[in-house]
Amino acid sequence: MDRVDVANDIKRAEWLQMYYYLRLTRSLEDRISALYRQGRIVGGCYTSHGMEAIAVGYASALERDDVIAPFHRDMGAFLIRGITPGEVLAQYLGKRTGPTKGKDGNVHMGDLKRGIIGFVSHLADNLPVATGAALAFKIRGERRVVFTGTGDGGTSRGDFHEAMNFASVRKLPVVFFCNNNQYAYSTPTRLQMAIADVVDRAKAYGMPGEIVDGNDVAAVFLAAKRAIARARAGEGPTFLEFKTMRMHGHSEHDAAKYVPRELLEEWKKKDPILRAEQRLLELGYADEAHFRDVGLRVQKEIDAALEFAEQSPLPEGREVLEGVFANPDEVEP
Amino acid sequence: MNSATATEVTYLEAISQALDEEMTRDERVFLMGEDIGAYGGAFKITEGFLEKYGEWRVLDTPLSESGFVGAAIGAAMMGLRPVVEMQFADFISCAFDQITEVAAKNHYRWGAPVPMVIRAPFGGGVHGGPFHSECPEGWFFHSPGLKLVAPSTPYDAKGLLKAAIRDPNPVIYFEHKFLYRRIKEVLPREDYIVPIGKAAIRRPGNDISVITYGAMVHLALEAAQQLAAEGIEVEVVDLRSLMPLDKDTIYGSVRKTGKAIMVHEDNKTGGIGAELAALLTEDCFDSLDGPILRVAAPDTPVPFSTPLEEFFLPKASDIVAAARKLAAY
Repeated sequence: MDRVDVANDIKRAEWLQMYYYLRLTRSLEDRISALYRQGRIVGGCYTSHGMEAIAVGYASALERDDVIAPFHRDMGAFLIRGITPGEVLAQYLGKRTGPTKGKDGNVHMGDLKRGIIGFVSHLADNLPVATGAALAFKIRGERRVVFTGTGDGGTSRGDFHEAMNFASVRKLPVVFFCNNNQYAYSTPTRLQMAIADVVDRAKAYGMPGEIVDGNDVAAVFLAAKRAIARARAGEGPTFLEFKTMRMHGHSEHDAAKYVPRELLEEWKKKDPILRAEQRLLELGYADEAHFRDVGLRVQKEIDAALEFAEQSPLPEGREVLEGVFANPDEVEP
Repeated sequence: MNSATATEVTYLEAISQALDEEMTRDERVFLMGEDIGAYGGAFKITEGFLEKYGEWRVLDTPLSESGFVGAAIGAAMMGLRPVVEMQFADFISCAFDQITEVAAKNHYRWGAPVPMVIRAPFGGGVHGGPFHSECPEGWFFHSPGLKLVAPSTPYDAKGLLKAAIRDPNPVIYFEHKFLYRRIKEVLPREDYIVPIGKAAIRRPGNDISVITYGAMVHLALEAAQQLAAEGIEVEVVDLRSLMPLDKDTIYGSVRKTGKAIMVHEDNKTGGIGAELAALLTEDCFDSLDGPILRVAAPDTPVPFSTPLEEFFLPKASDIVAAARKLAAY
């Protein structure tokens, strides 16, 4: 893995902002898990616990006009693109104030105004879609980039390969990532693929690839910056494999007994928030008091967000019939 | 130009004209598909387009239906108006997931319109065998969020394609291969559309409604002529749009005639004819004077060998036989 000169490449303000989003993501998802255990959230509940550095790192590397087609463990990316914790909780609670107005749940949030293509459960389905968004930018000569990815399991799907191939043939401004968290639900990567590194898949498409320490937010940020710059310069797509570990079950109902305890113990030491704090201390960018302050701040924000979400109305049953088709006034004539 | 000197346009040319005129009218419109560039498409619909519009508006894609339909969805969300070509409608199964899970549900789930068109050359009678003759409209008829059209004339082929391109939703445009070069007519010189969701009465009649679409419209007209000689006046309803269905026109016809035959080239079980029969029973039962009949392909894949395919495809004589049976009620 490439070593990065963190101190020289990431400004203090960027570091502190990423730290804030790491904490916000962790605390928000911890609250979501708690609500799930209390039975106040129904349905699936997927967290990025232990993997927060990936979404926070890549979303911090993008510009406002860029677009993401995120994975279902990319909460940090939603927050950085401007989905508020209140909207997130409203979405989880099935409220009308969530980004899908109750039509869809959990991380299935999309909003074109904030450059977010809504997630589809069929993993890798959004990779061709992201490729098409990048195609639109290329056709119009815009310097915008699309960032999209899936998990290790998702790279087995045909859509992953069809998207990687088409994007590479046409040198489209898209960055693909895989957050390799070693398990697709309960299936370990050794039963998912016969290669040790997912990044090897990129070779078949003539695409450069890079292995990145997915638990190091600085490494993710810098690798994303490099790939984005390449895409923006018209040099085509890059594939980034973020090595990480899923620390919770697939969904919160899943105790993940199929994961060896030692493996979790080992990765617990590599927790992305602990590592960010160590680095911030080394760099002299922040101290323990700052970490405490951020912790209190995000808890307050989440309390307010939950109040907003709980006070928001549920949709009326009859709203199920709305929105199957778009009206002509919803698109440019 | 008056009609005496106007040239007749085939169904295939009408499709080309619609694409050409829409690409000229709106620079957001672009094409993707297999072999549509230098080769001009398997059926030559886009011949000359690459030279005229360049490689970024006429994109030859890898052999990758799911990939390029997905790409069309993304491009549409970013403000372009993609029109993708399935080389044969049969291959749409490779893109089924992108169409039904992504395109169809997108607006409903999170409010982002997907204004795109998938052209699907469908239907048999061209010795295509099991993988080049299918009528897959039934699969999509059952997926909320998709509009489906199936023109039967050059006029409709052009007007419905223009309407599809201008629609803010994903539209699957089923163009019948058998009609490509077999029918022609003079088209208006001015820009026009055929609105999605409006059926057409192709032949008025008071005794029996024959409700159909695509190439079967022509069989129905042939049968109607034969039946008229026997004193049975058939009304031929051309659906034109399969989703949404023009219930006003369908119900109006059946309330007048009291009898209905559904004709389609798709397999009989679970086809659009079955849905229409259910709708008519639910909403027009008091007007019915006989059972609702279906004339459709048997529940088999489309076979290759000529006698097998001839047996498989509905014939005018099948419609005549059904009409005679129904006339006896």
